[in-house]
Amino acid sequence: MVNDHTILPLTLQEIMVKRRGKHILGPVSLTLQGTGISVVVGPNGGGKTTLLRAMHGLDRISAGHKAWAVSDAQAHVAQSFVFQAPIMMRRNVRDNIAYPLVLRGVNRRDARAAADVWAARVGLGSAVLRAATVLSGGEKQKLALARALVTAPQVLFLDEPCANLDGHATQEIEAILHAACADGTRIVMSTHDLGQARRLADEVLFVHAGQVVEILPAAAFFAGPASAQAAAFLNGDLVL
Amino acid sequence: MSDIADGFATAARLVVSLDAELIEITLRSLYVTLSATAVASVIGLPLGAWLAITRFPGRRYVIAMLNALMGLPPVVVGLIVYIMLSRSGPFGVLGLLFTPTAMIIAQVIIITPLVASIAHQAMRELWADYHDLLISLHASRRQRIATLVWDGRRTLLTAQLAGFGRGIGEVGAIMIVGGNIDNATRVLTTAISLETGRGEFALALALGFILIGLAVVVNLCIHVLSRTEQGSRW
Repeated sequence: MVNDHTILPLTLQEIMVKRRGKHILGPVSLTLQGTGISVVVGPNGGGKTTLLRAMHGLDRISAGHKAWAVSDAQAHVAQSFVFQAPIMMRRNVRDNIAYPLVLRGVNRRDARAAADVWAARVGLGSAVLRAATVLSGGEKQKLALARALVTAPQVLFLDEPCANLDGHATQEIEAILHAACADGTRIVMSTHDLGQARRLADEVLFVHAGQVVEILPAAAFFAGPASAQAAAFLNGDLVL
Repeated sequence: MSDIADGFATAARLVVSLDAELIEITLRSLYVTLSATAVASVIGLPLGAWLAITRFPGRRYVIAMLNALMGLPPVVVGLIVYIMLSRSGPFGVLGLLFTPTAMIIAQVIIITPLVASIAHQAMRELWADYHDLLISLHASRRQRIATLVWDGRRTLLTAQLAGFGRGIGEVGAIMIVGGNIDNATRVLTTAISLETGRGEFALALALGFILIGLAVVVNLCIHVLSRTEQGSRW
């Protein structure tokens, strides 16, 4: 299930994303490697989500080049994506978490056993038989996290995982992310919550107007970003 | 009014006395339409799911065509199946004309577009929900269809029930290809048609009430078995 080859680094060269003829992102060039948590910040509509989706392969790249250290097929199975609005399958919690394993040919019993382990780890241990669609917002996002982590991904993308969640749920999710990071999962997440960025980030990517304006270690970014836009953003000003 | 009252009384008498002929044609009605619904589901449900997740040139026309075929006139279907199965037709050697199998074939043709169209509608919504997740997980086309059909099974039941409803009350096609032969191809609807023609209104009405009752009972059974409307969204 876990492949032995490390899929990083991910290299983006001058990638562009267009949707219905409209320019959304790029050109972006960057290299994702090492360990830790990279946090993508920036004003709304700047391209944070599109950058993550393009890295993961959900959005088609219209120009440029994207390459993992391994073949695309090997890279696919070693990454997961958590969406801003968690997608709940019309199944119970256990079968939701087990689903990615079942898709990969793990037999149902082993997949469910693994799902139970992960459900317990994210605090849904007593809810495994509940319908996923009736969970609260925080529980849904925890389920989505468990479903993303059950395949032991090397890289985990999260798009605003704590948007619309209260403080408790956010805290629990951040704890899960810290644990995953400690287990060696490379995490790339977007957030519009600067406090969360401060708490989690090892590295910050500031994205604005479809461009990755700067990439800095978190401490350096929060001490004083290089670009005027990032400074304005940190200051709480509107970035136009 | 008295005809209707007579109809009720006759219906009650037939049901209570477990009239042998009534039971026979009722069971045949069920056999023909349940078989047709089963075959139409096997074709129509995956077809609906496939149409929901696949993009190809002309897809919209296929869907429009499918929707148009929901209104396929049974009499015409019956006529075409009749010609196909008649002695001189391409499938004449099979000797299927005036058998329940011929009636099932005709009903499959009538029901399948309906089942596929409603299934497509339901699957399209579910696919919109699941799209990003299944793409992210790199589910194969087969896995996507299987997932949609499984997770959407309760809404797909609606498609099947609609198909069953259309089939059980249908008379035009099965009359032509079945021939309404006593002890062989007579079913509730063709019997009603026959008794009405003979002026036996009470008996025709009685059969009509039994037909309605049958449709209601089948729907209720499936409703209870599948526990729809329980739980919240699914």
